[in-house]
Amino acid sequence: MAAAVLLLLLLAAAGPGPGRADAGRERRDALREELLLSPLPTGDVAATFQFRTRWDADLQRGAVSHYRLFPKALGRLVAALGVRELHLALTQGFWRTRYWGQPPLQAPAGAELWVWFQPTVTDVDKAWKELSNILSGIFCASLNFIDSTNTVIPTASFKPLGLANGTDHHLLRYAVLPREVVCTENLTPWKKLLPCGSKAGLAVLLKAERLFHSSYHSQAVHIRPICRDASCLAMSWELRQTLTVVFDFFSSGQGKKDWSLFKMFSRTLTDTCPLASQSKVYVDISPKNKEKELLEVSPPPTSVHEAIVQGDRRTYAVYDLLSPSLFNTSRSLNVQLKWKRPQDSSEMPIPTLHAQRYVGGYGLQTGEICTLIYNTHPYRAFPVILLETVPWYLRLYVHTLTIITKGKENKPSYIHYQPAQDRSRPHLLEMLIQLPANSVTKITIQFERALLKWTEYPPDPNHGFYVGSSVLSALVPSVTAMKDMDVEQSPLFTSLFPSSDGSSYFVRLYTEPLLVNLPTPDFSMPYNVICLTCTVVAVCYGSFYNLLTRTFHVEEPSRGGLAKRLANVIRKFRGVPPL
Amino acid sequence: MAAPLVLVVLAAVTVRAALYRSSLAAFIAERVEVASPLNAWKRVVEGLALLDLGVSPYSGAIFHETPLIIYLFHFLIEYAELVFMITDVLTAVALYLAIQDFNKVVFKKQKLLIELDKYAPDVAELIQTPMEMHYIPLKVALFYLLNPYTVMSCVAKSTCAINNSVIAFFILATIKGSAFLSAVFLALATYQSLYPLTLFAPALLYLLQRQFIPIKLKSKSFWLYTMQYASLYLCSLVVIICLSFFLLNSWDFIPSVYGFILSVPDLTPNIGLFWYFFAEMFEHFSLFFVCVFQINVFFYTIPLAIKLKEHPVFFLFVQLAIISIFKSYPTVGDVALYMAFLPVWSHLYRFLRNIFILSCVLIFCSFLFPVLWHLWIYAGSANSNFYYAITLTFNIGQILLVSDYFYAFLRREYYLTHGLHLTRQDGTEAMLVLK
Repeated sequence: MAAAVLLLLLLAAAGPGPGRADAGRERRDALREELLLSPLPTGDVAATFQFRTRWDADLQRGAVSHYRLFPKALGRLVAALGVRELHLALTQGFWRTRYWGQPPLQAPAGAELWVWFQPTVTDVDKAWKELSNILSGIFCASLNFIDSTNTVIPTASFKPLGLANGTDHHLLRYAVLPREVVCTENLTPWKKLLPCGSKAGLAVLLKAERLFHSSYHSQAVHIRPICRDASCLAMSWELRQTLTVVFDFFSSGQGKKDWSLFKMFSRTLTDTCPLASQSKVYVDISPKNKEKELLEVSPPPTSVHEAIVQGDRRTYAVYDLLSPSLFNTSRSLNVQLKWKRPQDSSEMPIPTLHAQRYVGGYGLQTGEICTLIYNTHPYRAFPVILLETVPWYLRLYVHTLTIITKGKENKPSYIHYQPAQDRSRPHLLEMLIQLPANSVTKITIQFERALLKWTEYPPDPNHGFYVGSSVLSALVPSVTAMKDMDVEQSPLFTSLFPSSDGSSYFVRLYTEPLLVNLPTPDFSMPYNVICLTCTVVAVCYGSFYNLLTRTFHVEEPSRGGLAKRLANVIRKFRGVPPL
Repeated sequence: MAAPLVLVVLAAVTVRAALYRSSLAAFIAERVEVASPLNAWKRVVEGLALLDLGVSPYSGAIFHETPLIIYLFHFLIEYAELVFMITDVLTAVALYLAIQDFNKVVFKKQKLLIELDKYAPDVAELIQTPMEMHYIPLKVALFYLLNPYTVMSCVAKSTCAINNSVIAFFILATIKGSAFLSAVFLALATYQSLYPLTLFAPALLYLLQRQFIPIKLKSKSFWLYTMQYASLYLCSLVVIICLSFFLLNSWDFIPSVYGFILSVPDLTPNIGLFWYFFAEMFEHFSLFFVCVFQINVFFYTIPLAIKLKEHPVFFLFVQLAIISIFKSYPTVGDVALYMAFLPVWSHLYRFLRNIFILSCVLIFCSFLFPVLWHLWIYAGSANSNFYYAITLTFNIGQILLVSDYFYAFLRREYYLTHGLHLTRQDGTEAMLVLK
């Protein structure tokens, strides 16, 4: 009997085939999909999808050959290039933190990629180059433009989000392509990575023509290793595919802020993805003020969940698509939200931390990057890490860096500056700045605009050059006391950023990308310039050659050149005295 | 003689001090004509700030000064204005003393040649008299100190003033006949900006002349002295470079200073020829033309040494002018240095062909530089070609000025030996032509 059991076990261990894995009591991989719909203070609606695939396998060992839910393209990439953690975000538009509140997960405009490599990777730069090229192919994005001129190695801003033994920042690479435009061709490959594609489940709603008809669109892929269980003896891999989109209903819906799934996506939910082990729709129905019940959702939610997200108490109406009762009454689910009476939008909640950035100065010679960071917390100061990546053609002068808070100079407690190298490396400035309570901190740094070679300008040089968003990372103290709760239960992203304790939460913000004009040469002139400059050199050479090689002589009367003699012959015929 | 010099120095210092206190100082410091990437004060401050942050100043593409400059301003940053004023005054005094000595030499040589009957009989009006020569050193100091180019360079705190000072001391040491100091200062000047390397030839010629060593390739003493001077020069250069290595404990400054000068990666507009040429250059020809343009600076030295071996100081002047025209990041401070020598050649004035036009060109260009810069960069109503055109004109003006002086010099030499009133074979008055 015991021998037979042993034999069975051995067989199970030897060949984890698909059938056997299914037959196993627990599946080794799982997909959980979630959709969070949150009305924003301005009247816009943010919809955030998250598809979370978790796989209890060790990708790094290279022993994995069978992929079920986890996309094979990404899995092999992780195994082949020694990726520890990968975060890729493609974003169109800008998340307006001041008006929309703290985003669940913000991304800078354009493409952002940051990767932690395994300590076993010897040539990180080569792996990084290869990785960005492969990702460029997978997502049809211009990630192949990531090279040494826009890659930096931040020292403090980006910590591993998953399991990590060490945080040697030489294994980290970070790059932003602010010029990247995100469109359908990036969405399609992203959707293809989903186990159900866009055939079933929440992904049905991902219709490109609606998603890109929006104020903000951000799609991301996060791969990280996580603990398999609470004891953390084994490692699992987690792939999160997230997509955030902000619809502007206030201006497009004739001043009404009511919405429904159909109005947003021109689709409704009809069935669940059969591969998903969890499929939920959350609607943020938190009361804005003391007066409750301003809005009403229909159909009635399966349950109501209360959680504290980013220092705020929130109430969510939850629709569990896997619960059989939901699709019993109607064939499809079209979540609708109606405001009971017009909301006075005068008091918008202002997020504790928000920032704004702009270019100062005029003319094309010099300029100034100004960043304003607001801490609106009534009584608590907190530090923030600012990461600034500036391309080499804006020559930053770090001695002009000034940080002013409440009229006084604010010395950063940590500063890491790596100056740019022409045509090979960008500027990297990382600072830890203490933000006093209820204050505005103004950070300015001057730069000089370089004149580039004519081949280094993009096809529309007078459009300007983009400077990627600067990154603010902070542990923001929460106004409401948070208690440790089951992160698996609360919607979306609370589990991506680890919260250290109940009193503060992690926020990563991105400021506006900047558009800076550079002086341009005349692009139609290369031949003329080469000719004219060489002429000047030749004038010098010629006159010196003359003076160096020749000597002075008394001019003797000559018989004249050929022309003179010819003229004289003609004059002779005409009977005129010769010259 | 000292009293007028003191007066000039006082006037110069007053002008500079007044400008430092005025709102013009910031405007002048930003001018691309005055401050190049190589010597802008803003970049020196940046280098020191990087050092304070614990970053090597040479790890970025901003700072291109030599380690000795960092070391100097590490201590003197508070007194920078004073340092630059003193440097200018020292340069002027060095030039004053050098030209005073040079005049004595010229006068002695002239006397000797007259006694030896080497001059043609009717050249009395070409001979320089002590009366004429008396005020030349003062004029040189005046030309340097009160030249608007120098004043602006000083107000912008461009480290070009320091390079000029080193070169002036090199000239002083050479003319005083001190081979050792001459070699040391030449090494310093080379270390600072590389191009003064070409001044080796005129200095050697002058020292040889002073030692009465004939310049013959077969003569042993000629080679002995040359080797001696060259080894002095190389030794001091090696010592200075090693010293800079020990200051920062790295060789990073070599690519960052000399590589930067030679490969011209920074195309910030200046008064030179390089920036627009390489901004508009086809990528695959870039290296070729960088080589051509750099060789061009050094190219004139040997032919000039052969032609002007009897007149090393004039050779020095021409060589300084060529450096300031063709160097990769020229500023008006470089122009000011060779212009300070113009009073020395005031006896050539009667042979200059178009000095009036050329002076007008240079003056008008100097005024047009800021105007066209404003139109291009701030007003947006002009483009880069406008500014480029004015740099071309300015450089043509400089080239023609120098070649005009060169022509006048050669012509005067011819007249001195052949007589001023030349006749043809048929007895009519003759024209002089280059053949």
